[in-house]
Amino acid sequence: MMNSSFSYDVLVIGAGLAGMRAAIAAHNQGASVALLTKVHPVRSHSNAAQGGINAALTDRGDKWQDHAFETVKGSDYLSDQDAVEVLAQEAGQDIIALEHMGVIFNRNEEGHLGTRRFGGQKRARTFFVSDFTGQAMLHVLYEQTMQAKIPVYEEWFVTSLVKDDQGRCAGVVAFEIRTGTFALFRARSVIMATGGLGRVYEPSTNALICTGDGMAVAYRAGAPLMDMEMVQYHPTTLKGKGLLITEAARGEGAYLLNSKGERFMERYAPNMLELASRDVVSRAEQIEINEGRGIKGCVLLDCRHLGRAFLQDRLGQIYAEAKTFANIDLAEEPLPIRPGMHYQMGGIKTDTEGRCWDVQGQWTGVPGLFAAGETACVSLHGGNRLGANSLLDTVVFGRRAGTYAAEYANEISPPTIPESAMDADKHLVAGIVSRKGPGERAAALRLEMGTTMNRYVSVFREEEGMETALYHITTLKTRWPDLTIQDKGQVFNTGLIAALELGFMLDCAEAIIVGALTRQESRGAHFRTDFLDRDDEHWLKHVLLYHRPDGPPHVEYLPVRITQWQPQIRVY
Amino acid sequence: MHTTLRIRRFNPEHDRPSSYYQEYDLEIDPSDSVLDGLIKIRETIDDSLTLRCSCRGAICGSCGMRINGHATLACKTKMISMASEGETIQVEPMNNMPVIKDLVTDMAPFWAKIRQIQPWLQPQGLPPTAEYTASPESMSHLSGVMSCIMCGVCVSDCTVLEVDKTFVGPAALAKAYRFVADPRDAATSQRLNFLNQPGGMWDCTRCMECIQVCPKGVGPMDRIMALRAKGLAEKVPSTCGSRHAEVFTDIIKHKGILDEPMLAIRTFGLKNIGRLLAMIPMVLQSLLKGKVPPLGPLHRPIQGIQHIQRLFKQVRITR
Repeated sequence: MMNSSFSYDVLVIGAGLAGMRAAIAAHNQGASVALLTKVHPVRSHSNAAQGGINAALTDRGDKWQDHAFETVKGSDYLSDQDAVEVLAQEAGQDIIALEHMGVIFNRNEEGHLGTRRFGGQKRARTFFVSDFTGQAMLHVLYEQTMQAKIPVYEEWFVTSLVKDDQGRCAGVVAFEIRTGTFALFRARSVIMATGGLGRVYEPSTNALICTGDGMAVAYRAGAPLMDMEMVQYHPTTLKGKGLLITEAARGEGAYLLNSKGERFMERYAPNMLELASRDVVSRAEQIEINEGRGIKGCVLLDCRHLGRAFLQDRLGQIYAEAKTFANIDLAEEPLPIRPGMHYQMGGIKTDTEGRCWDVQGQWTGVPGLFAAGETACVSLHGGNRLGANSLLDTVVFGRRAGTYAAEYANEISPPTIPESAMDADKHLVAGIVSRKGPGERAAALRLEMGTTMNRYVSVFREEEGMETALYHITTLKTRWPDLTIQDKGQVFNTGLIAALELGFMLDCAEAIIVGALTRQESRGAHFRTDFLDRDDEHWLKHVLLYHRPDGPPHVEYLPVRITQWQPQIRVY
Repeated sequence: MHTTLRIRRFNPEHDRPSSYYQEYDLEIDPSDSVLDGLIKIRETIDDSLTLRCSCRGAICGSCGMRINGHATLACKTKMISMASEGETIQVEPMNNMPVIKDLVTDMAPFWAKIRQIQPWLQPQGLPPTAEYTASPESMSHLSGVMSCIMCGVCVSDCTVLEVDKTFVGPAALAKAYRFVADPRDAATSQRLNFLNQPGGMWDCTRCMECIQVCPKGVGPMDRIMALRAKGLAEKVPSTCGSRHAEVFTDIIKHKGILDEPMLAIRTFGLKNIGRLLAMIPMVLQSLLKGKVPPLGPLHRPIQGIQHIQRLFKQVRITR
């Protein structure tokens, strides 16, 4: 098999919204840039974002400060406020830039951009394309990538990050899925934009490709993960496989009902009702279900009063989805839904310019490595992300990471790393493929991991359960090296990929549990029945986790950066 | 309930690679999709079974494949809708593209065709400081086409591509329509002129297959027809394709019935002797098969032609 190597100024791993936005920004800076992705760009999970993208546009009388405050409140005061200010201030310019690129945002009667309401926000500031906003944006960014002729290494799988002898990130090792051929990608800067880790849980709203690869790869290379305990359960997911039903349904006026037909949110969030922040709504639903006011483990989402024509026009995708996947006509019947794992607020720690190392030296990371999107943790979302802030995160911080990664690449000399940097990964992969069976299957181990996480590290958590989960995950990690696959080929070996992804996910699962055990309070999505209250005195800080090859992660802390919003009691 | 998946398999690494069918018996739940079935096989029986899949919710476009002979998304297709108890469901890779392994096809030719139509917005001059203004109707009209997820299902089952690889195909044409119909795009005329060439919008034979199989309701063929109408309205240079459409309409308008010899003569032009002569074998074959209407007094206007002409007038007015 031939070895090959490639060299770029900026290499972007992952080609969802954050990755492509980063690549376009770096390209516009004049850098030589390439995208490397394990699936074709338009197959990325950014597709699944349905409801919209937030921005406070001043020409509509909205204020970025209001958007920022509601984001901070939504985060239960764990977000870094300087980062949130950047997000809210730059949102407008990025929405307009997307529109200019060709996104077909919904318009109002005057022909200007229209908005809808979303949770945790008092004002309608969510811009949208029907209920497939993510897909509409993703395809447009891919159009821009094609126009800019940015090379895309499609269906390439990254196995590890490579550092030079000064400890700088110098590229990645990857193999082409179609041929199994390894290659060394040398780059002056690398941007991780690999999305979330939903498959650590079972079920999850996330696509099968969301396996935390970038987080694990960066973590193993020495970059800290932050806020990993903050795992969002979305209030409206379908039973079974956990498919997402957009928050836009409630934004457009749908109700949540329990088995008695009560709009139970009146008891939990008397002002915002169904549009309280996601952690609040998910907890309320789970309490209703746990206290016997659910229906077969679900509560009901009632869209009937919105009318068929409105549903088809503004919520067409979920109208079809309810029909196809739940056999329910939203115009006629309420839809059984329940909280389901949806989003990782935490991720690879970055600063507001996407760097995964601290130029001020308060924390250590990996120079030359950048991250953006769900895989990163700036921290914008803190303890709980507001709906329609994730798309915004991808474009604002994707653009910033791309810009600063190109700037950084311009200032440093090209990295020197030998071809032998691939040897360990080649050896590992050859070992997995050739290992004789019958051993355990990656799929079986993943299911065990997923159900464990969903049972013990979900909406409600307590120490004993999490210790049990940690024990399970640690055991799974010891079983991982013995798993076997039947496919012994080089070409499109998806069994091999499942095995490697599982390895990444186990590291992520461990980090989530250790983060959650460490944080002895309840904040945002992290609700502990053994520590019921938020404890600003001790826990107004981030949990940083550093990977250790043998043993649990090393824990450090960073203070939350507060600019103008002092923590208050959080009511909706 | 119980079913059998009969899967077309292909392993390029075999000594003498050739495709074959393999059957797997499954116990299934009524809510299971074909994708659930395939994943079950991959995860519990045979991990060498190779397919692309990701979102499970008909939005990523990874799992296009042929199920019982027609291309579709495996995640969107319930097994119980495809077979009754004990029956077999046949699963094969998409058509009109090379197979890499099992159900995984090479999408590179698909994307090459998409790139041919310059699939990005080409506005005129610098953008305004705020957003472009556009009517709500224009944007919601486009959302029907933007919901295309580029799964390749329409291309798989396109009957023209089966015989003519130069056809740009339904997905690329639907994408082209997305720009032609966008009030912000200023390259309409270049786009239509490009699509007016051989292999472009006139090469669709209107078999409707793409409309039937599209999992997102994009209706590619309808978009192709809309492109043709725009082309004629924009007065793209006359080609056999555009003349065929115009002459067809004209003949119906005046005779109420299709006069096929006249259609051929007027489409190709009387002076295009070569092209007309080339049709003789087809005409003879059609004669033998009884496909040519009785010659004789060649198609005088049918009785009640005035009704047809009234229809034409009404259509013109409502347009």
